[in-house]
Amino acid sequence: MDLKNSSKEIIGVVGAGSFGTAIANILAENSANVILYVRSDEKEQSINKTRVSSGQKLADNIRITRDLQEVAESCEVIFPMVPSANFREMIVSLSPHLRPYHVLIHGTKGFDLHIPKKEKITRANPITREHVKTISEVIKEESSVLRVGCLAGPNLARELDQRKPAATVIASHFDEVISIGQRLLKNDRFMIYGSSDLIGIELCGILKNIIAVGAGTISGMDLGENAKALFISRGLVEMVYIGKALGGNAQAFLGLAGVGDLIATCTSNLSRNFTVGFRLAKGETLDEIIESMDEVAEGVKTINIVTQLAESYGVRSPITETLYKIIHGEMTINDAHAYLMSFPFRAEIDFLEQKPESFS
Amino acid sequence: MGRNKVRYSEIVPKKRDWPIVQLSKNRKAFIDEVAKEAYNKFLSEKNGTIREEIEMTIHREKLRMKANPWKVDPQDERAYWSGIQSRLLDIDIEDKAEAAEQEKKILMDIMLRYSEEIAGNFRKSYYRFAQKFVTFGFARLLNAARVKGLLALFSKQLDLDDKLHVVGETEHIRKLAKLGTVVMVPTHFSNLDSILIGWAIQHLGLPPFIYGAGLNLFNIKILAYFMNSLGAYKVDRRKKNPIYLETLKSYSNRAIQRGCHSLFFPGGTRSRSGEIETQLKMGLLSTAIEAQREMYQSANGASAKRVFIVPVVINYHFTLEAPALIKEHLKRTGRERYYVEADEFSTSYKISTFMFKFFTKGSDISVSIGRGMDILGNYVDNDGNSFDKNGNTINPRDYFLRGKEITVDKQRENEYVRVLSSRIVEEYHKYNRVFASHLVAFTAFKMLERKHSKLDLYNVLRLPDEDLILDYEEFKEKYKQLRTKLEKLHKKGQVNMAFHMKKKTDQSILHGLKNVGLYHDQRPLVLKGDKIIIKDTNTLYYYHNRMNGYGLEKFI
Repeated sequence: MDLKNSSKEIIGVVGAGSFGTAIANILAENSANVILYVRSDEKEQSINKTRVSSGQKLADNIRITRDLQEVAESCEVIFPMVPSANFREMIVSLSPHLRPYHVLIHGTKGFDLHIPKKEKITRANPITREHVKTISEVIKEESSVLRVGCLAGPNLARELDQRKPAATVIASHFDEVISIGQRLLKNDRFMIYGSSDLIGIELCGILKNIIAVGAGTISGMDLGENAKALFISRGLVEMVYIGKALGGNAQAFLGLAGVGDLIATCTSNLSRNFTVGFRLAKGETLDEIIESMDEVAEGVKTINIVTQLAESYGVRSPITETLYKIIHGEMTINDAHAYLMSFPFRAEIDFLEQKPESFS
Repeated sequence: MGRNKVRYSEIVPKKRDWPIVQLSKNRKAFIDEVAKEAYNKFLSEKNGTIREEIEMTIHREKLRMKANPWKVDPQDERAYWSGIQSRLLDIDIEDKAEAAEQEKKILMDIMLRYSEEIAGNFRKSYYRFAQKFVTFGFARLLNAARVKGLLALFSKQLDLDDKLHVVGETEHIRKLAKLGTVVMVPTHFSNLDSILIGWAIQHLGLPPFIYGAGLNLFNIKILAYFMNSLGAYKVDRRKKNPIYLETLKSYSNRAIQRGCHSLFFPGGTRSRSGEIETQLKMGLLSTAIEAQREMYQSANGASAKRVFIVPVVINYHFTLEAPALIKEHLKRTGRERYYVEADEFSTSYKISTFMFKFFTKGSDISVSIGRGMDILGNYVDNDGNSFDKNGNTINPRDYFLRGKEITVDKQRENEYVRVLSSRIVEEYHKYNRVFASHLVAFTAFKMLERKHSKLDLYNVLRLPDEDLILDYEEFKEKYKQLRTKLEKLHKKGQVNMAFHMKKKTDQSILHGLKNVGLYHDQRPLVLKGDKIIIKDTNTLYYYHNRMNGYGLEKFI
């Protein structure tokens, strides 16, 4: 039923960062027309002049706009691809134009932190899940759209642009959202898996950035592959613990969006989060690094949020905490490394065990 | 409290215009319509497996007749199912087309029978009588109990609405009932809830609502009379086969589409734990969503009639059945594999004593009418317009669109049922009026749990008497903390509080202690000097559960 209109169908992409641009190009390949929303005047002009966005050549059937209303009015399916720090602001301006028939599939891999103006975060009123939302939760909070999905998986934008093979996961509570995403994105070098564990898959994409920053420091210190593998696998365990405390399932973390994405981002210098860690280990300060990057490394913000959340929920998170201390200058990288090497882990893996259900 | 007595006029004064009267007039045609609808849906989903479905149904029905026969069951049941079975066996399976034809005929036959069985027997004249009886009769009982003396039986001093407060969005629901079909979804704690709601509906001047009542209640003649006259249709919980369930859903769906206001207890049965329902039954709720979608489809772009969901919370200080309910709950969660549902409603005598107690002894009861919502839980205004959280107008029809057209997607609608049901639960917590009795129970039980944090629930409930004593001052401190927290939630609109909660702490506690589990043989809490003594941990636990779901446990 959907297919017959597909030639006329226009798909919206909001945000022309490297991932947004890569997705716009993949969408454009499947014969759909694409509208790509950019925020700034300069960027619009430069893209229109060069037809290059975030270092990637744009397909011909992609049109640039700065008008969110136009995106909402001409597209039923929209892919929001903006950093988590700007997401709520963006969706608030988009929301008046959104209707319950819209389908939103986002690719943002960070938390939204929202503390009401009157409220103060203190020891007695710590940060909880009430203040920290995943992006799909923000969409549902700020708009009438229910058919929401997310994209997650090892999808380094540069490689997608180079037309190298890859796969991704679309997670949604709605089968129709998954099949829409598959229809629009799938091609002979891009595979799409579906999952109904929306929160779990979102958490995978978010939490892996923490570990990527850490893996970067290991590479930066030149500690070797054994150490990195050790770090990544311990990192995965920590992700699962935090993820479970925040409402995800362990299963999601073992799939493409979990382990898969983790391996890609922890071993590639194409990853921004990895790069942050790498340069930290080389002696640069966080401010210097952030200053010199043109796109946001979500991992830094995520480390701050998750450190506080882990404390509120009493989850052991030695890796995240240690990274927090590093980026806040409370610990040197060498000390941190020594600390983690001596950390007493009880069992290697214990999250797969079925605990007997308890009465509550 | 100086409440003004409000009298509501009937919104549809002519009884013959009531949708339910229309329905009962054309009962036969409606039964056919329901069966046909169920048949079509069933075929579109289960085509190819009809034979197996029928075989399974026959098998289960035979088991049921043997294991669990009831007085209301029709005489010809056995003969009927044997007949179906031999018809099925007579089919020549070699001739595929002919066999399929025959199987479909049998399916239709079964659905017609089920549909006939489910359909209510509403009669105008009975309704009027039942209505008078309820208002008049209960008012008499009430006066007899409250105003002393025999003559009080004839006193008009007290009225049912002195005892039963219908509060909240009363004008709003009247407006909505004129605009579209109202689906009322109340919380469910006591067996008398349906009578209370029935009275409230009538009090508000609304035409009667239809509702599914357990077939077991029809075993009792007097109840059967009331239920038929109040618009009940029959739900047989013993029958869980897909053919029956499809017919039942179609009944509800078609009635909604015909404009019959409906009443669902979405929790399914009475809350056993005393907790506000958090798990709702999806089956009936899904019919509201499906009916709305079909109404949009048949309106074909023109403006369709709307379905409005109205949550209702019933509050009282105590539930007569509490001791039995909580026992059952504990047995269940205690993993006892077999339990027999205790039926305290098995005879007319038991019901009358129950009702008498309920109306004479019960302290005040309030029925809070919530704000109307569309089928996805967005609030609607008095004109029936839906709004999203930011106050933008939305058209609920858009929820069913794909490629600018309404599409049928079961999985999508199942997800929508989940959205709606969590919205209803949210509204329940909002409209829940906290009584002091709930909070004293909560405070006391949580203190007990804290003191014995190493014990699991079952051991806490079995603590020996000497451990069941709380210090009053300490109790007061905790009570105060919790009340402050509740006030904060109240300000945010997340819970409601009874007037008496505003009294000074000591008074409020006293009020709570006086009322908690008031008429049980064993009061859960008793004040003795500077100690509070817990007399019955089970019922204390039951009343404490009412305050679950607000995250209050962190503040004790």
